Amino acid sequence: MTVYADPPPSASIRSTFWRGVRDGAPFLLVIVPFAVLFGVVATEAGLNVLEALMYSVAVIAGAAQFTSLQLLSDGAPVFIALASALAVNLRMAMYSASLTPYLGAAPLWKRALVAYCMVDQTYACAVVAYEKHPNWTLQHRLSYFAGVVMTICPFWYLLTIVGAMIGSTIPAGLALDFAMPITFIAMVAPMLRTLAHLSACIVAIVIALCFAWLPYNLGLLVAGLAGMITGAQVELMMGRRA
Amino acid sequence: MDASITQTADTINHVDLWIVIIGLGLGSFALRFVFIGLIGDRPMPEWLLRHLRYTAVAILPAIVAPLVAWPAATEGQLDPARFIAAMVTVIAGIYLRNTLIAILGGATTLYVMLWLVG
Repeated sequence: MTVYADPPPSASIRSTFWRGVRDGAPFLLVIVPFAVLFGVVATEAGLNVLEALMYSVAVIAGAAQFTSLQLLSDGAPVFIALASALAVNLRMAMYSASLTPYLGAAPLWKRALVAYCMVDQTYACAVVAYEKHPNWTLQHRLSYFAGVVMTICPFWYLLTIVGAMIGSTIPAGLALDFAMPITFIAMVAPMLRTLAHLSACIVAIVIALCFAWLPYNLGLLVAGLAGMITGAQVELMMGRRA
Repeated sequence: MDASITQTADTINHVDLWIVIIGLGLGSFALRFVFIGLIGDRPMPEWLLRHLRYTAVAILPAIVAPLVAWPAATEGQLDPARFIAAMVTVIAGIYLRNTLIAILGGATTLYVMLWLVG
């Protein structure tokens, strides 16, 4: 009689894909209204359905899309619209660095695909899962990422089209504006296992609130960097004491 | 005559629009690709890895904090329903260490509070 201690590797890679789908699914509550709203705003600004869709396909980043479209509608120069939206997207470089230790060994074309699909939600899911499962192989990590992407990116495109075509948003009474805060908090809170993680989080929150007045989302970058430095310093201090 | 001039000023120039779509697409991809694409599996220094370990717990709360403190839905006024829902999510997430239960707890709290407060 043969006893399989571990499931066959192929099955387990398939199951990390579905785990990714499951973990990404709550974000539909964020993606759906946000993408519909972008479609509506784009149509109101005079874009046709194809232009609205291409915006979402090329950029896949809600905040940067809204920022640049708003500036263009206000008659700002192209350079200003571009630079402002890129500043809003600077956090993506931090996500890229943060995922490199986990995915850096993948072939270049897979890394390019991961980079294209790197948004707040896919990054958040991936980093939480990779920290939780340090024994995953590269294949597990990639298939998990693909699973999360499946619940985010196609819907971002599709719902942009829907918004651009129907031209009406989802009723405010559903309070879906708060789906993103709740899902992000629920993902980060279980990660606060050590004093270093907790300090990083608290410093980042305080700085984010104090520097919220900075233009182009730059307060977010200052807060993120301050939190990361705090976490690293506390880790060093605790290590020295131990 | 005047009306047509106003019309042109209000409409987005479509050449400008496509420059922004393509430029922003390429620029955003470059930002996302810069580390994962160029560094790949070359080893990174320990001090950098030590900072990167805290990227998620720093930047995600920094995105959320202003949304909790000044929700756009209540014109930037602190909203008791949203604030309490956020706190319930934090506490559930820290103590139960389960993301899905924390989401459900936060969402339930939000709807109950909105129903109670009106």
